[in-house]
Amino acid sequence: MSRIYTVKNKLVESRLFLHRIIAAFIVILLLSSGLIVRLVYLQIVGHEHYTTLAKDNSIKIEPLVPTRGIIYDRHGKVLADNTQSFSLELIPEQIIDLDDTLLRLQKLLDISDEKIDQFQKQRKRQKRFVSTPLLISMNDEEIAKFAVVRPYFPGVDIQARLVRHYPYTELASHVIGYVGRINEAEMKTLPIAEYRGSSHVGKIGIENSYESELHGKTGYAEIETNVQGRAINAVNSVPPVPGENLYLTLDIDLQKTAYDALDTFNGAVVAIDIKTGGVLVFASRPGFDPNPFVVGISNDAYQALQSSDNQPLFNRALRGLYPPGSTLKPFIALAGLEYNAINAEHKTFCPGYYQLPNVSHRYRDWKRGGHGSVNMTDAITQSCDVYFYSLALTLGIDRMHDFLQDFGFGEKSGIDLSGEKQGLMPSREWKRNRRNQAWYPGETLITGIGQGFLQITPIQLARATATLANKGKVITPFLVKKSASPDSTAPDIATQEDLGFKPENINSIISAMVNVIHDPHGTAKSIGKDINYQIAGKTGTAQVFNIKQDAKYNENDIDFKLRDHALFISFAPADDPKIAVAVIIENGGHGGSVAAPIAGKVIKQFLGTNNEN
Amino acid sequence: MKTETRSEQFHPPSVLGNILRKLHIDIPLFIGLLLISLLSFIILYSAGSQDMDVLMRQAARVGLAFLLMTILAHVNPYQFKRYSALLFGLGLLLLVAVLVLGQFGKGAQRWLDLGVFRFQPSEMIKITTPMMVAWYLAEHALPPKPKQLLVAGILIIIPTLLIAKQPDLGTALLVASSGAGVLFFAGLSWRFMFAIGATLTGLTPILWHFMRPYQRDRVLTFLNPEADPLGRGYHIIQSKIAIGSGGIYGKGWLGSTQSELDFLPESSTDFIFAVFAEEFGLFGCVGLLALYLLIISRCLYIASQVQDTYSRLLAGSLAFTFFVYVFVNIGMVIGVLPVVGVPLPLISYGGTSIVTLLSGFGILMSIHTHKKFLPH
Repeated sequence: MSRIYTVKNKLVESRLFLHRIIAAFIVILLLSSGLIVRLVYLQIVGHEHYTTLAKDNSIKIEPLVPTRGIIYDRHGKVLADNTQSFSLELIPEQIIDLDDTLLRLQKLLDISDEKIDQFQKQRKRQKRFVSTPLLISMNDEEIAKFAVVRPYFPGVDIQARLVRHYPYTELASHVIGYVGRINEAEMKTLPIAEYRGSSHVGKIGIENSYESELHGKTGYAEIETNVQGRAINAVNSVPPVPGENLYLTLDIDLQKTAYDALDTFNGAVVAIDIKTGGVLVFASRPGFDPNPFVVGISNDAYQALQSSDNQPLFNRALRGLYPPGSTLKPFIALAGLEYNAINAEHKTFCPGYYQLPNVSHRYRDWKRGGHGSVNMTDAITQSCDVYFYSLALTLGIDRMHDFLQDFGFGEKSGIDLSGEKQGLMPSREWKRNRRNQAWYPGETLITGIGQGFLQITPIQLARATATLANKGKVITPFLVKKSASPDSTAPDIATQEDLGFKPENINSIISAMVNVIHDPHGTAKSIGKDINYQIAGKTGTAQVFNIKQDAKYNENDIDFKLRDHALFISFAPADDPKIAVAVIIENGGHGGSVAAPIAGKVIKQFLGTNNEN
Repeated sequence: MKTETRSEQFHPPSVLGNILRKLHIDIPLFIGLLLISLLSFIILYSAGSQDMDVLMRQAARVGLAFLLMTILAHVNPYQFKRYSALLFGLGLLLLVAVLVLGQFGKGAQRWLDLGVFRFQPSEMIKITTPMMVAWYLAEHALPPKPKQLLVAGILIIIPTLLIAKQPDLGTALLVASSGAGVLFFAGLSWRFMFAIGATLTGLTPILWHFMRPYQRDRVLTFLNPEADPLGRGYHIIQSKIAIGSGGIYGKGWLGSTQSELDFLPESSTDFIFAVFAEEFGLFGCVGLLALYLLIISRCLYIASQVQDTYSRLLAGSLAFTFFVYVFVNIGMVIGVLPVVGVPLPLISYGGTSIVTLLSGFGILMSIHTHKKFLPH
């Protein structure tokens, strides 16, 4: 019975299904006919109407490119603006013989093959009927030459465009950055609608980090055009919104002082306004002129920059990695005090070297004969290595790692520039994970004097110094003021994390650092004269290569590239710090003689020699 | 002797035929799909500013989709039936995951980043929903009783709402219609269908209340595109100008001025039909529709030949959904339906929809080429 039912049911089901297939087919045919009726209506009945709309009098939507925001320094000096420039532009679709036209233009205006190639590349990427520049920033002579023969070049015209201009050229090139032509990779990631009509985009520096603020909002104009595509009149438009102007915390005059003071050396100077965290100086020498990058730098010029031994394109302040050397000592000393490993009066005898128990290797002090018996203040003032070898061993690498990490060593500073390097604050764990090796006590010793695996960037060192000067309240450096006014004095950062150090510990470190400059034994006493306030600082000399156990380091004997790096950290006034400066000079030799005077110049220009507040 | 001569005579086609049959490929369907894919490259070249890179990327995706179709054609339909519920459940889980992860991101969240590639669970749901509904209904006698209808309705509404919440109205619509397709082929009474239709019309104000502002805009724009020619009505006006100016014979391949001059937005994706209509005219449009109808007819024929309930419901629904795809896209481009973001199947630029569509055809081929092995 049930089986008969099933079979019968199957038959009913099959018939039902077949009916439904037919019904579906009919519905599909009906709906398709509906689509065709509509198409007939549009393409036959409405054809003439729509052709008129499309061709004879079509409404063209043209993008209106916004003006890029201007970048100012803290006193309102222009760091990047837009200047009028004339460029030779072609609309390839309106030119009958493009190759011939290009050849004639090349002869007339002496255009390089490279520029022709660039033009061809850009043309292929672009939509049709878009004006494509061949020659940017033409001089008067070129404009005059072309103006005479213009009737013989249909589809070619001179256009006025705004071109980005950097008046301070190489002075702050790394921090301001530059804009360049949008390349293929960027075409894919940029919002297409917003960049319709824009040819340039920020590549590095502030120009890149604040691209969306600087760019502005593209507007549109409805333009009535005739059959030839020529504009008849503008019907309706949505104006573009210009990009925001940016006010940096940077002081371009101070930046110039620092950059000039670096002179022929390669190096970096970073200065931070301790009251806000705003970066006052962010210099990396050598710099480069960013202006050629805007109009399209020639291959030769770019290769020259790329292959130079001095690496002018390299942002040393943000990406350069250096051992901190002795500039780390005040931080190690503070760690000793905070962990109660020492007190300020605790003395260590320095015979000029240090030995680990049962090991013959001698870790030497920079001073051959030794410093004798030194307490913490003496050790910082005279930069005694042996004192810090001993202290480092007492602290151990784990505690040193944790303590220094809080100051931002081996951590990105968080400055508002992209591409920052992290550096390295080594730890037992790091060595096990990355090198699969145990941590050795000798490595703890050399970490105590800022050598070994430790690698930091100049901005990190400046930030740590500012945090120390700020009594342990962590500074986050930044370059762009949040409020768009040059006179804004309000601090931009409200909440600072407090590392919670004991005031007496901080104060004894600071007074030791004051001795570095104002004590007769200080390693940087040369910069402390003729000012009525005190500077706190610490010199550093970082080894680039290791000398043999008994060899004597003689600066004049060794290759310049292997000479020690000179470092200096400082802040002033010592009793109410306003500015922190870190200087790193590659192969500069001694921190006290080369790096400290640069910091001295920056501080004296910022505070004056006679600081009343 | 005689047979030998014959086999020699038809040697090449019979070898090819054999290979295709061994691959479980349905030849008429395969040829139709191949033709439409080739057509897609021709249109994309014109619509995508004659960029070879675009073509190469699309070719890679189409190749991958054809491979997946061939693989699925190999699978015994019994396996699809067996794993229907499991796959449906998995799809729902992934949809929820996307929604939850989307809470942390910004705006619309449709993707699940698997590291190597990004996966869109809503695409998978387009196939697993009809599978699930067909599996459920095939367990009971047809036509379905009210209780089964209720369950099937819930099975359809859950994924539809989850996708609508992403928000992806176009896909939600396709998922709902794939499920509704199964119900239709299962023999849902006409009276009931009209009742549902009437109820839905009555519910429109409530639906309106739940729509996102941009979805409301689209409906309003559809009703009166001229009201906002620069903003929301821009797509439809420009699209109509492109199609209308194409006329009977069209402007010829690469002759589209509207997309080239940048009037027509999304000319490679959702609005590619406008470029096609402008270049190939009414003749081209009717030809393209005919090609789609041939493919759909073949699918419906396949469905009519199937003996077991699950497979025939699934086959019918897949064929029907394919048509909905075509109808909704062309309908919105020519301005008879609101813009809901459904691509022109197999022609629009973009990989995910092609992979899903050809997977569907792979299942259809599997159902067709395996039917003799199925227990009756």
